Amino acid sequence: MLEEVILNSAASGVFISLAAYGIGVLVKRRWNTALANPLMIAILLVILFLLATGTDYETYNASAKYLSYLLAPATVSLAIPMYDRLHLLKENYRAILTGILSGVAASLLTVLALALLFGLTRAEYVTLLPKSVTTAIGMGVAEELGGHSEIAAAVIIITGVLGNMMAEPICRIFSIRHPIAKGIAIGTSAHAIGTAKAMEMGETEGAMSSLAIVTAGICTVAGAAIFAGLIT
Amino acid sequence: MKYIRQFAVILGFTCAGEILHYLIPLPIPGSVYGLVLLFAFLAFGWLKLEDVRETGQFLIEIMPLMFIPAAAGLVASWGHMKAMLVPACVITVVSTIVVMVTAGKVTDACIRKSEKGEKTHAGRSDS
Repeated sequence: MLEEVILNSAASGVFISLAAYGIGVLVKRRWNTALANPLMIAILLVILFLLATGTDYETYNASAKYLSYLLAPATVSLAIPMYDRLHLLKENYRAILTGILSGVAASLLTVLALALLFGLTRAEYVTLLPKSVTTAIGMGVAEELGGHSEIAAAVIIITGVLGNMMAEPICRIFSIRHPIAKGIAIGTSAHAIGTAKAMEMGETEGAMSSLAIVTAGICTVAGAAIFAGLIT
Repeated sequence: MKYIRQFAVILGFTCAGEILHYLIPLPIPGSVYGLVLLFAFLAFGWLKLEDVRETGQFLIEIMPLMFIPAAAGLVASWGHMKAMLVPACVITVVSTIVVMVTAGKVTDACIRKSEKGEKTHAGRSDS
């Protein structure tokens, strides 16, 4: 019965997601550690809910997909904080570009080094190459280079959630102090999911993280094509 | 009326981005083209911040929610992942940390260097 109700309802999937996030926020308020990440908690709760009630993912997603639908206009809206911090972009464009490019290079190089270490096949290697960029770019790149786009999407989402969780502790431990540097670090490593955290940290962090999604994404399209040739 | 207009403008740019994605044979999603277009329109003064601000802020604020359905869907793609689970997890964790630290420290160092440069420059012009 539950299955049928959820399948025929336009709001239940969205409500389950919202409620799960709400619980995540409450847990975060109670135990203020990076581990108590509302997004991470919400994802785990939804998965637990589906497993516990025996509900199919497709059934849940029949209405939850409307949340995903809003992702495109929300991404477009990231232009607003970027425009708001236009003067910072202009004043620091060299530092910003150097930071993003070094991050993209670090991403491709670590994946290459670890792929060699684990003896991954070429298909597995190119699947992981675009792991730090936004899902749609990463899936496209992985597919074009001969990787598995579904695994790429999974790895990209896990990267984003990890980045969202680790952003604050990493900035603290490695004393990344300037808000611009924090934003660039988060956007370059953890794309849009990380940017959601950067937005909470501050408007400058959010604006820089948004810029890094676009720039790192485009650089990775070119960089991954070159790096793909290094393992045959 | 304000929210209708703002939502229409944002969706208009989203649509324009999707058309660009259709026309340009690159693995870049429509939303990224839309972001760049909206930024350009704001920067060149063809559009005012008031035309998009509140609705855009609302969408950005609820953005974390939008990742829940796709991430919960990882359960469904679990079968594909199993084969390379260990290397994929290690690589994901290690490289996410390395990239975050590299991009952050390099940006931090560059900003500090240019700030210092400006100070010594200003110092010289004083003397």
